[in-house]
Amino acid sequence: MSASAHRPLAILNARILDPASGLDASGALFARDGVIEAVVAGSDPGAVGPDHEVIDAGGSLLIPGLVDLRAKTGEPGFETRETLRSASEAAAAGGVTTFVVQPDTDPVIDEASVVDFIRRRARDSSLVNILPAGAATQGCLGERMAEIGLMAEAGCVYVTDADRPIMNSKVMRRVLAYAKGFGMLVAHRPADPWLSEGAAATSGEFAGRMGLPSAPPEAEKIMLERDLALVEMTGARLLADQVTTACALESLERGKRRGLPVFASTSINHLTFNEIDIGDYRTFLKLDPPVRSEGDRQAVIEALSSGLIDVVVSAHAPAPPEDKRLPYSEATPGAVGLQTLLSALLTFHHEGRISLMDLIAAVTVRPADLLGLPCGRLSRGAPADLVLCDLNAPVVVDPDVLKSRSRNTPFDGRRLQGAVQGTFVAGRSVFRS
Amino acid sequence: MSGIEHGLNEVLGRTFPFPRRHFLSVLDLNPVDVAALLDLAEGFVRLNRQAAKSLDLLKGRTLINLFFENSTRTQSSFELAAKRLGADTINMSPGGSSIAKGETLIDTAVTLNAMRPDILVIRHAASGAASLLAQKVSCSVINAGDGQHEHPTQALLDALSMRRAFGRIAGLRVAICGDILHSRVARSNVGLLQMMGAEVRLVGPPTLIPAQADRWGVQVFNDMRQGIAGCDVVMMLRLQLERMDGAFAPSPREYFRFWGLDREKLGAAADHVKVMHPGPMNRGVEIDSDVADDLTVSLIQDQVEMGVAARMAILAALAARLENA
Repeated sequence: MSASAHRPLAILNARILDPASGLDASGALFARDGVIEAVVAGSDPGAVGPDHEVIDAGGSLLIPGLVDLRAKTGEPGFETRETLRSASEAAAAGGVTTFVVQPDTDPVIDEASVVDFIRRRARDSSLVNILPAGAATQGCLGERMAEIGLMAEAGCVYVTDADRPIMNSKVMRRVLAYAKGFGMLVAHRPADPWLSEGAAATSGEFAGRMGLPSAPPEAEKIMLERDLALVEMTGARLLADQVTTACALESLERGKRRGLPVFASTSINHLTFNEIDIGDYRTFLKLDPPVRSEGDRQAVIEALSSGLIDVVVSAHAPAPPEDKRLPYSEATPGAVGLQTLLSALLTFHHEGRISLMDLIAAVTVRPADLLGLPCGRLSRGAPADLVLCDLNAPVVVDPDVLKSRSRNTPFDGRRLQGAVQGTFVAGRSVFRS
Repeated sequence: MSGIEHGLNEVLGRTFPFPRRHFLSVLDLNPVDVAALLDLAEGFVRLNRQAAKSLDLLKGRTLINLFFENSTRTQSSFELAAKRLGADTINMSPGGSSIAKGETLIDTAVTLNAMRPDILVIRHAASGAASLLAQKVSCSVINAGDGQHEHPTQALLDALSMRRAFGRIAGLRVAICGDILHSRVARSNVGLLQMMGAEVRLVGPPTLIPAQADRWGVQVFNDMRQGIAGCDVVMMLRLQLERMDGAFAPSPREYFRFWGLDREKLGAAADHVKVMHPGPMNRGVEIDSDVADDLTVSLIQDQVEMGVAARMAILAALAARLENA
């Protein structure tokens, strides 16, 4: 591994797809010193030096490494769930070369020293790039603003209170206004905390029959509407963290049409599953926000296709058996997702629902641009973070081969199409299938 | 005695091979199962009215009542049912057990399972708890109430009470009234009564009717007089008092005014109407004592008696599927 870090890389005979430039052509890619040196379309790659490490892609898909804006590990504080190292192994195997960790750790990432800790730990132990999100408020408690400026200096890439909505509108207004002064993106979970309190499912016939406490989809819309008003008031950039309902998408569309600097993510889980998948109380499907109705899922797919939803996240949230082998309403929400993100996303290409270019954009250049990162594209001088992928290879998701310390995947046993063959970070191989 | 035993053998051996190891949800049953269980239960009603009430169908078997929620009625009903069939029973409740020390439901169940009981009866505050347990243990599991999901043995005893009162279930018009939202009794009764051909109505304030309950194949009413109009059975549900302090209803007195069952409202039902309640009752809140204690309309005491017989029928049906049977 260390040897290849110093050797220039030549990937020949690949189908190169780069949403940033719109390129989709067969060709070759050259990298040197961790950055992309050249992308050459066509059958003649030109001169390949004798010192190059040459990889014949055999026609496989070559795309920028994935950028995942929302993952959790258990480090610091809950290392039995996941460490930065184990999450990075899962990411490498899934073609994710950069991911952002959430601040709701123990201690909470709400000051510069913890931001610095994550960056140093990631540098020393991770296979891929790990970037910290800082807390928007101290302790993610939604009461007093965190040291957003100092955390920005230390290298946090956006601020958020992770799963916890900031209930107090005055606090949220000030967070937005203050973060804007540092050019910092604010991510916020649109969920009315009272309507969502204690919810384990989305309101509807299914939750009613199963006797599960539920939150209506409107809980998402109500909070998003408030946030849009505050964005209009402050001019700050907002990422609506995991929009999952048709009614909230209506609000989002109106906000975007008015030209507000608002962006939205959704998770691969909400694109893939609906409430019926909960079946006989399968706790791996217990998520926050909850899996929604099929109508909502279809609306989310449509919104991704139209570009209304900007990015797709893994929402990687490791939970060990002791947190999941419980009655549904008592189980910890969340699912691991770093390793299955790309394969699962390709479903929508194979189903003919969303173009490959748009799908890959939602996990590469769009999230990178939101944070102003140079990665997520195959342009000269960009980091050589790359994924080679066999677009058509069949995959049966086997929890036992997941590299995460926790195996709580709702994709358990699911048949997917598209497998990661190789992952490169700064021109260095971090995963080979 | 011998006649009953003969009848039991006939039902068990010839016409009723119960296909399941667990008794978790009414949706696992079909109309043939239900009719056979009710027939079997009729035999046990006769047995229970005799001086000699004991059989040895479950002799040597062990039943554990694992009740995470307090229940005098259901727990003693199961205990009595098991004892009358010859089983050994123990009762466990979370107070003072390892549950309080942080042991999970599954750890508790697996530990108990290792002591080789034959039947585990569970009541738990979380929906799906019984089903979760059934996936992790080797003994038979009976759901004695899981959160707001199901209470299938209650639905069976209610069906038994109705069939004895009317001679049939098909075609009965049944109004289930009150706190439908939090009621596992309502969910199990809706499933079982519909399966047996009854017409089911749900009656209650909008805050206590689950979202999209109208898609359950029932008619939903907010007005109680309209809801119980022409009904053969009015089944009242318990409303926990803490839900009437402004959360789901403004006050007990307002609740009683609009959804409490009294003589005046009951007048809207059919002349031969029967009133049911799974107990324990909040007298003067969801039901007037005058109605509850009138034995010409109230089946409430019958329900308790039928509870033992129905649970004996379920235990007898499961007996054939027990390990080493």
